[in-house]
Amino acid sequence: MSGFLKWLAGLNPFAQIPLVIGAFILVAGILIFFIEIAPRSGRRYTIIRALVCVLAPVTVFLVLGSIPLAAVVAAVLGGVFFLLDYRSREGAGYLFQLIGFLSPAVLLLTIGLLYPTVATFFKAFMNARGSRFVGLENFVFVFGQEANRVAIINTIIWVLVVPAFSTIVGLAYAVFVDKARGEKVLKALVFMPMAISFVGASIIWKFVYDANSVDQPQIGLLNGIITFFSGQPVDFINAAPWNNLFLMVILIWVQTGFAMVVLSAAIKGVPAEQMEAAQLDGTNAWERFVNVTVPGIRSSLIVVLTTISIASLKVFDIVQTMTGGANGTNVLANAVYAQKLEEGRASAFAVILFLLVLPIIIYNVRQMRLQKEIR
Amino acid sequence: MSFIVQRRFTAPFAILAVAGLALAGCSSDTGSGSGSSAGPGPGDAGDADGVVTIYGTIQDTEADLLNKSWAAWEKESGIDIQYEGSKEFEAQIGTRAQGGTAPDLAIFPQPGLLGDLASRDLVQPAPEGVASNVSEFWGEDWAGYASTGDTLYGAPLMASVKGFVWYSPAQFKEWGVEVPTTYQELLDLTKTIQGKTKTAPWCVGFGSDAATGWPGTDWVEDLVLREAGPDVYDQWVAHEIPFNDPAIKSAFDSVGEILLNPDYVNAGFGDVKSINTTPFGDPARALGDGSCALHHQASFYDGFIQDPANGNATVGPDADIWAFITPSVEAGGSAVTGGGEIVAAFSNDTDTVKVQEYLSSPEWANSRVALGGVISANKGLDPASASSPILQEAIKVLQDPATTFRFDGSDLMPGVVGAGSFWTGMVDWINGKSTDEVLDNIEATWPSE
Amino acid sequence: MSAVAPIDLPVDQKTKTQLGRGARAVERSTLRKSKARLTSKGATIAAIVIAILWTTPTLGLLITSFRPPELINTSGWWSIFTNPGFTLGNYDAVLNGSATTVSLGQSFINSIAITLPAALFPLVIASLAAYAFAWIPFKGRNILFIGVFALQVVPIQMALVPLLSLFARGLSIGDFEIFAGLGAGGNSYGQVWIAHTIFALPLAIFLLHNFISEIPQELIEAARVDGAGHGQTFFRIVLPLAMPAIASFAIFQFLWVWNDLLVALVFADGAVGPITKVLREITGNRGQDWYLLTSGAFIAMIVPLIVFFALQRFFVRGLLAGSTKG
Repeated sequence: MSGFLKWLAGLNPFAQIPLVIGAFILVAGILIFFIEIAPRSGRRYTIIRALVCVLAPVTVFLVLGSIPLAAVVAAVLGGVFFLLDYRSREGAGYLFQLIGFLSPAVLLLTIGLLYPTVATFFKAFMNARGSRFVGLENFVFVFGQEANRVAIINTIIWVLVVPAFSTIVGLAYAVFVDKARGEKVLKALVFMPMAISFVGASIIWKFVYDANSVDQPQIGLLNGIITFFSGQPVDFINAAPWNNLFLMVILIWVQTGFAMVVLSAAIKGVPAEQMEAAQLDGTNAWERFVNVTVPGIRSSLIVVLTTISIASLKVFDIVQTMTGGANGTNVLANAVYAQKLEEGRASAFAVILFLLVLPIIIYNVRQMRLQKEIR
Repeated sequence: MSFIVQRRFTAPFAILAVAGLALAGCSSDTGSGSGSSAGPGPGDAGDADGVVTIYGTIQDTEADLLNKSWAAWEKESGIDIQYEGSKEFEAQIGTRAQGGTAPDLAIFPQPGLLGDLASRDLVQPAPEGVASNVSEFWGEDWAGYASTGDTLYGAPLMASVKGFVWYSPAQFKEWGVEVPTTYQELLDLTKTIQGKTKTAPWCVGFGSDAATGWPGTDWVEDLVLREAGPDVYDQWVAHEIPFNDPAIKSAFDSVGEILLNPDYVNAGFGDVKSINTTPFGDPARALGDGSCALHHQASFYDGFIQDPANGNATVGPDADIWAFITPSVEAGGSAVTGGGEIVAAFSNDTDTVKVQEYLSSPEWANSRVALGGVISANKGLDPASASSPILQEAIKVLQDPATTFRFDGSDLMPGVVGAGSFWTGMVDWINGKSTDEVLDNIEATWPSE
Repeated sequence: MSAVAPIDLPVDQKTKTQLGRGARAVERSTLRKSKARLTSKGATIAAIVIAILWTTPTLGLLITSFRPPELINTSGWWSIFTNPGFTLGNYDAVLNGSATTVSLGQSFINSIAITLPAALFPLVIASLAAYAFAWIPFKGRNILFIGVFALQVVPIQMALVPLLSLFARGLSIGDFEIFAGLGAGGNSYGQVWIAHTIFALPLAIFLLHNFISEIPQELIEAARVDGAGHGQTFFRIVLPLAMPAIASFAIFQFLWVWNDLLVALVFADGAVGPITKVLREITGNRGQDWYLLTSGAFIAMIVPLIVFFALQRFFVRGLLAGSTKG
């Protein structure tokens, strides 16, 4: 593996892309091939299955560069797995297929996300160096500070406001431009913020929110408008509590494009017959929207709301670059970041963030159940 | 049979749990893993492969000058020095050191951050050659900034003097005022100018993106050092007295006499609150065009004032703009704050050690200072090599034995305070939060141990 | 989900191919029929207002990027006609600047080399997993799926150090080295590919599961009756049907990776740094050249916009498969 990557790194980047993609597709193809032939009965397939069970882990471990002993252990485990699979109630090969589909994702998630998450939960009860158990001390710190409570409340407000606004505006826009002249260009305009990195977006919004004193020329658009009508310039980024709202506008601006694109595709999937039938019934546009379109795109709506909710929970770059969390604009994800090497407290913030996602999970699980019942 | 299916699914989790614990095991003892008995530091790291990587905050033209400063030595020694400068240094160096991809050397602008990492056994103690250079060419105070506990972890590199008050000598002559010698005189001077011009004399800008608020910490540090003295200052940065100690509050109040007074700020930019939204570089323009009479900023500001985009004002005792050190409470006081960098190592191979020794030598200091723009506190430095009036002034201050020098306090504090709650605290304070509340908040964020 | 009669299915597929080829024609014919009744004047005005509101900030940046720095600082971009001034200097400074260790051109290539594989890998791995979650019944399926779902919210900052440590130092249990570390050095895209893949998986699995699970059960069962194993069902039935959804997710993933800074800062060191990393550095030592971001942001936007325009039709065909039967 390291050899392959080293060799690859020596090549021109444009040669690296097809090579690494090719290698990846090849591995995926082999995996799907073995999954396909796994459940077939007959001695030949059983032997193939046994060989794969033993050799695949060995190959993986050797590719990763582990010591031979580890590869031997892996081979033995593979053999045990083969026997389990062989005696599986759903028929030989059932477990093999399941593991084949799931193992790449589960393995990567385990090393990259699950392990840090579990570690975070432990660290939340340890001191900054992770050397001593401190009980709830870190949580006492979090809840004991007015500033931290503000960060929690702000996060909740973000997750209530941003998904709602992005989805409503995105949905409205998708409906309005549906089948309109120049639909593609109109959609591209609202989608554009998604194509801008946050480094760029921060400068874009500087030219919207910037405030100078009234006798100075304004370079922020909003204050330019306000002073044009002889108003007093407003310091949008610093004037609490409304500054939170102005920061949220930035994320809404970005996420509306996502909502609009997904929902627009969903709307186009609503059967035209249903629409026409409703039309024949003499319903007006609003009634058709509520009774036909919305039920038709329900699952897409849930997906969009969920995705944007999680993006709002995790928002940190907007707050970090615009205010650094000052003036009552802090949010949990930024608090995690700002704690730097203070791992205990950072982890405590992260745990609270994790708890905040629970309602979203529960809602989605109920939806999944509902869907299965209908099916 | 269904229990087999179930076991099938508990088995991988059991394995993962074991693997996870093992991983937790290795990551928690990264520091002591290889050389636990050999004292502080991460043990042996790095190869003597003729390449030494350095990571720091210095960028752009100043990075070019840095590369130039050691070019000749590179040829001589056959060691290739690869420097990478990044704005994200402060955020990244901890991640890299913990993650195992640290550079060979790092140039720390904050001794506090170096101390954070050193106390986690991520940094190599200074090799002998560096230690002897430090004791020979630097004062004890500077050696202290590069140490944690009793262990020296690196050598200082460059230095800067903070707390200059920039003004226009011509305007002073016009108003018939003199450079003040005490803080009270500075306040009186402010009042006089305000009375004559009917506008705010001071221009202040705290804006600096994610670091917004840092210019305010310089103000507070200057006043703590001058009012409460160096001992209290040291106790403050070491957290031997709390952040909300009366001495600190009194310094905030003194700063507030200028920064929170709507008659005194913010020349050319608006009211008190506009301090937060004014980028710290912008007052250079107001100074240059005469709309602002007084501005508090470190020696590097001459570059901003002379920037063509800001109007090309000149800097010097007889030029458009000149500066005096923020006066002490009593006349004749000579306490100054300043900044600088510490070079510390994550590797201890022979090549890295050689580079580290070279960077702590007077040869390097002279080579770099001769290229212009910076100074060093290295005693082996020839003062004549400083390139501009303000730098000569700064060297004079640094080399004057009567000077009480203290490193920028926020750079000495743990990052979560010095590069976090202290900054945001300054912003909140300007925005109208009470001094007590701000101080209590900062105190609460101080690391538990 | 309303039951879809089996007889519908072949038709469904036929119309799909038809739609694919002549999406525009179909669109146009429906447009003629129903436009007048579906969209009102109010809606059109509202759409235009939204479009203007959403575009104005970017337009301001575009105009600003052609103004000289003195004017950027002292007058609003909307006063371009009263304070005229035009310069290509900002673009010139960004394109030919030497502020960073990596040139802008090189970082542009790096961004492409990072983004393409990092958009493809998670999609393939996620669609495999999503298939299992949707169509292979097993004990603990829901719990595992919820677990994957919940991983979406893990702040990436918490996951950076452990993953970096794994890449750099490998993994050992006691003295047994399980994984030797990537050891590919600072010039490899390897670790940034893997990191992006991992961080994208939870959302990718969640979204793709949504679409793959809505493929009519009858289709899957028909294939199984015909003797296809899970491999063939996945490859022949699910993958083609979900392809539009996969393609639209690919576009999103492409944009997210292209615009990412956090992961790149840690995993794309030195010579392989992407364009966002360079943008972060062009503003000079003390941020005094912040106006260079105006032109820099537009240079970085080119590729994502091209991708969006070129692949926009996938969005339309895209999520069809899933959303017809809410």
